[in-house]
Formats: sequence, C-alpha cells, structure tokens
Amino acid sequence: MTSTTGTARRMSWEWLGVVPFFLYALLFLIIPASFLVIGSFQNADGSFTLGNFIGLFDETVRNSYALSLQISLFTALAGGIVGFLMAYAAIAGGLPRFVRSFLLTFSGVASNFSGVPLASAYISTLGRQGMATILLRLAGIDIYSMGFNLYGIIGLSLAYLYFQMPLMVLIVAPAIDGLKKEWRDASQNLGASNWQYWRYVALPVLLPSLLGTMILLFGNSLGAYATAFALVSGTFPLATILIGRQIRGEVLQNPNLGYAVAVGMVVIMSVSIMVYSWLQRKTERWLR
Amino acid sequence: MRRVPIFSWLIILLGIVYFFAPLIGTLEWSLRIVSRDSFSLNAYTNVLMAERFQRTFSFSFIAALTTIVVSVLLVAPTAYWVHLKLPRLRPWVEFVTLLTFVVPAIVLVFGIVRVYSRPPFSLMETEWGTNFLVIMGYTALSLPYTYRAVDTGLRAIDVRTLTEAAQSLGAGWGTIVFRVIFPNLRVALLSGAFLTFAVVMGEFTISNFILPGIVSFGPYMVNLNQTRPYEAAAVAIISFGLTWASIGVIQFLGRGAPGQLAGTR
Repeated sequence: MTSTTGTARRMSWEWLGVVPFFLYALLFLIIPASFLVIGSFQNADGSFTLGNFIGLFDETVRNSYALSLQISLFTALAGGIVGFLMAYAAIAGGLPRFVRSFLLTFSGVASNFSGVPLASAYISTLGRQGMATILLRLAGIDIYSMGFNLYGIIGLSLAYLYFQMPLMVLIVAPAIDGLKKEWRDASQNLGASNWQYWRYVALPVLLPSLLGTMILLFGNSLGAYATAFALVSGTFPLATILIGRQIRGEVLQNPNLGYAVAVGMVVIMSVSIMVYSWLQRKTERWLR
Repeated sequence: MRRVPIFSWLIILLGIVYFFAPLIGTLEWSLRIVSRDSFSLNAYTNVLMAERFQRTFSFSFIAALTTIVVSVLLVAPTAYWVHLKLPRLRPWVEFVTLLTFVVPAIVLVFGIVRVYSRPPFSLMETEWGTNFLVIMGYTALSLPYTYRAVDTGLRAIDVRTLTEAAQSLGAGWGTIVFRVIFPNLRVALLSGAFLTFAVVMGEFTISNFILPGIVSFGPYMVNLNQTRPYEAAAVAIISFGLTWASIGVIQFLGRGAPGQLAGTR
C-alpha cells in the first residue's frame, strides 16, 4: 500500500486521468445542451423570460409535440406488449432452444436497423408499388384504398415498431430468464390456477421491468429523427422534425422558441430516464 | 404438459413475417430495376460504380474508424482509472453516458451547430472544423455502449492485481494501459467498436446538419430514396448486410446483447 506521506500529493494528480473525458463531455455535450437551455430562457434582447415555454403551446409546436407523443406512446405500448410476448414465447413458451438464440441474435440486428435504410425498406415493401402492397392487392386487399398511408402516422408507427419490438425483446429477456421455475411449481402446489400465477406472482415481478423498458422505448421513438425524415418528409409535423427545420432556420420566427422546443424534449427524456432507473432498481431485487 | 405450444409458435411466426417481409420486399425491389418480370443486379452495379457512393461510403468508413479510436481512447483509460483510483467519480461518468440518451441526436446537433458557428470556436466554417465536429458528435453516440462494454469488461478482470503486477515489473502507465489492460479488454473493445461502426455507417442526423451537402453515407441514402428508388433499395440491403455483419461479429465474440440504445433512429 502507499505511504501516507505520498497520498496527499498523489490525490491531486489522480484527477488528471479523467480530464480528457470530462473535457470532452463539457465541450460536446454539456456546453451545447446548456446553450439551448440558456437560450430558451431568453428573449430576442437576451433578457430573462419564460415566454418561450408559453410559446410551446402555440399551434405549430403543440401539434408537433402532440403527434410525437402519440406515436411514441403507441409504439412503446404496442412494441412493448408484442415484444414481451415474443420474448416470453421464445424463452418460456415451450419452444425449442434454437428459437431463443435465433430471436435474440436477430433482435440484436433488427434493433440497430433503423434510420434511412429502414425507411427505404418500408418504401420498397409497403409503398404503393411495394411487394407487400402488390401481394395484398392480388389477394383482393387494396390497403391504400382502405385508408392506409405509408407516409403518415400509421406508416411511421409501423416503421418504428421494427426497432421497438426487438429492443423490447433484448431488454426484457433477462427479466423473463429471472422468472424461476420453482415459483410456478410452488404456486401450482398451493393450488393456484394459471391466471392466479400470472396475477399474483409473475406479473408483479415482471411489471417494473416491463414498464421501465416501455419508458425507454417511448424515449427512443420520441427522439427519432432520421427514420421519420427519410420516410415521411422534412415537413411532417413531429417535434424532432420541427427542431430540424429550426436548425436550418425555416419555421419559427423566434429562435429562442426553437431552443425551448429542444429543451422540452430533453425534459421529457430526463423524466423518462429517472422513472426508468427507479423502476430498474425495483426490478433488480428479484433478478439476482 | 407436452402439448404443442401453438400460441408461442404463432407469435414467433408473426414476428418472422413482420421482420422478414420488409427485407424480402427490399431485396425484391432492388432486383427489379430492369423490368417487373425479370431480376437483375443492375441496381447494385449502378450504385457500386457511382462516384458519389464510393466517396460518401469511404467518408463514413473513415469517420467510423476515427470515431472508434477516439471513443476507445476517451472511454477505456477513463473507465480504467475510475475503476482503480477514483470510484467516487463513477456516478459522474455514468451521468455523462446517460446524457447522450437524454439529449437526442437532433437536439445535440442543434446545440453543436449553434455553439460552434460563432466565436470563439467558429469550427463550422472550415472543412477541417466540420469533420472534427462530426467525429465529436459520433463519439457522443458511441459513448454509452463503449462505456458499458468497457465497464463490463473491467468488472470481469482483476484490475488492481494486474496493475500492481505490471508496476512491480517496472511498467509505466502507458505500458499498463496499452499492453496490459487493453489486451484484457479486447472482447469488450471489439464489441463496442463494431457497434460504433454499424451506427456511424448509417448515421444521418448529425452529419446532415454539420456537413455541407452530401458528404457522408446517410444523406446519400436519403438522396437516393428521393431520386432513385431501386438503387436506394440496393443500398438499404448493403447497409443491412453491414449491420448484420457487425452484430454477427459481436455475437460471435460472445458478449450477449450489445448496447441496446445505440443507433440513429
């Protein structure tokens, strides 16, 4: 061990080892984010105001946020539920082992297949001349005359689900692994029905992790930009696209309002991540 | 007990259809450039021969390699040092990696563009400056999972013993980090590297706002989407192949599920 005389000197130098990392964080994360936060509390003259946050309720901004929140909520819920069912089916649903490893490997790829190539894939498949559209038309189902539109909320949600569901599978799989076989045996021995096992044993154990992961999915699609830009258009009313147009100086007359739109997103993300880590701590109790 | 799990098969089948249909659709579309009734690889040859494809692809390729080097050099020594000497700082390092989730790419690039297009750091005006900013932005994207991979790797080895053994043999810090710790973390570092590679190759948001015109691969793909649908499908297949290869390598290295919130949505 080190001698006590050397400790004081060494202490002051040890900090140097982490300087590059924190300097990077300061320059390329904290200062850019703070710039937006400070700007959101200023008016055109640079004096303090809360007006920009009131401006978030103006029609353009409000509608963009509403649509972003709707799509995020929908894809988090749907992706979460279906993703959970898939993971559960593959892990604990009595299927052969290879299904499980196949699903997990494929989810690793699919959850990273997003952005521009994902948009191209959907256009080639569900666009007006896409393969699925044509096949369905041959089968007598004309999805476009039934009101389907790839370049709108429905199409965008379907595309988001392509990475949301695999993400759910990946994150929730350890929690399903943590459901011990003994718990089911024990509840059966005590005379519990299948429903009672789920209601009083499995679901309470899984719930924090399910909700937590869905919150992550929510944040994941709320911040998505590339997929929406490439699939729908650069003027679709989503919060992220509004921010993108604001960077180019296209839409909002007031630049400080633009900062507030961006800060609003950071606030929502921060709240999500806090709820997530709180739920995560609750989950860990059972998953040792 | 031993009945056929119909419901399980059904949901997995549904998943297979959902996830393979777009891939098959894209593949089919990419082969249809000449006529509807015959397949041809012309879309692929068109793309691969295109000067713009080669230019943007190599740009993103080099950017990916640079990002890997920067983020490994930034994260691994820091994580090692925090592990060994400054465990009190761990929550702060984790806070920084969390920041990259809390600040989505589009918001991050907003801040970067505004801060660095005015004095004292007018980096947006030179090619060197914008390239530098793009690498810094990409590094932010790769930070959380590079950190997580390295952190998991460090937990699995006895950092203190390795360090003291190297020290007692007379090694300096450079030797310890690069010749003792890094080799022991190679699986973790490689996982992080391949994921970074996959993410940067398809990245659109950050490069689109920092670089002027179509310089990187992501904006090139968007441009193809709007102008040449068959070639766009071919590029999507190529891009999926790259992702598949990268993740395949990571799975092969055996570190389970890689960084789950990575990516450019």
